[in-house]
Amino acid sequence: MSETSTPGVAAPAASRRGLAATREPDATDRKLINALQGDFPLTETPFADVAAAVGLDEAEVIARVQAMLRDRVLTRFGPMFQIERMGGAFCLAAMAVPEAAWGEVAEAVNGFPEVAHNYRREHSLNMWFVLATERPEGIADVAGRIEAATGLPVHLFPKEKEYFVEMKLEA
Amino acid sequence: MMASPAPDHSGLDELDRRIVLATQDGLPVVSRPYAAVAAQVGCTEEAVRERLTQMLESGRIRRIGAVPNHYAIGYTANGMSVWNIDDAVIDPVGERVGALDFVTHCYRRPRHLPDWPYNLFAMVHAASREAALARVDEIAMLLEREFRGACKGRDVLFSAGILKKTGLRIAG
Repeated sequence: MSETSTPGVAAPAASRRGLAATREPDATDRKLINALQGDFPLTETPFADVAAAVGLDEAEVIARVQAMLRDRVLTRFGPMFQIERMGGAFCLAAMAVPEAAWGEVAEAVNGFPEVAHNYRREHSLNMWFVLATERPEGIADVAGRIEAATGLPVHLFPKEKEYFVEMKLEA
Repeated sequence: MMASPAPDHSGLDELDRRIVLATQDGLPVVSRPYAAVAAQVGCTEEAVRERLTQMLESGRIRRIGAVPNHYAIGYTANGMSVWNIDDAVIDPVGERVGALDFVTHCYRRPRHLPDWPYNLFAMVHAASREAALARVDEIAMLLEREFRGACKGRDVLFSAGILKKTGLRIAG
């Protein structure tokens, strides 16, 4: 993804707010976001189908989605894979990172391709991230490598039961 | 360590794998995205659409679409509420809390005693910290009403920034 070339945006990895969007979506963007969180058509020209459903033309839908990705109003566009159904594993993990080492540790942790999401949270356990690996045994392995790279303990919070997951938010 | 069901390896063949690799950063935002993926992985557009359809039906893909930046669409308060719930009633409590319309994710996870006594995680997204806290209070009142004494403690961890959000990434 292109995250390096936007002028005026602070280096994402070390900033306190992290990967903030560079603008707010307008009313048309919001309408599109809501339409695009549903089932994106598996047709030859899916953007044209979405455009017809929301009363825009295909070129405008494509341009707006590209712009929202560039400006980080959208963090992703595409299939959301459920890695556990492909033989892999997800695991929530947390670390207590000293403030003085924050930027350095965030950069090290984000550098692992197995780290899918990473959030700063207000707690002594202040860095919360999700590990995704192709095999369940990969979780312990990558946690060990993160511990070695950062010198900090990684606490693992594997999902024991999923009661509810809603992937959509009204924009 | 993992309590998840046995992994299912069936059906993810070489073409599926190439399609996963080609789309894990996202779909090309062009008029014919599936044709673009097909050109990249070396199969027909029809095959890409069929495989994605099958992966949706089998649950290997949860959905295809946009993932908004929560902050950008006004959900500036992202509170991870965590609860220490009596193990005897954790499942009915989890089902009940997960059914609340403002809870976006709800999971049972292991405690890390003594520092982390919480075994239920319920994510609450709201337009302000106050609104998120009010919703967490609502959960607490519901638990006290319907599962008296089952909740031994709670906390809310607010997000202070997204550091990374790329989704699944498998190695090529």
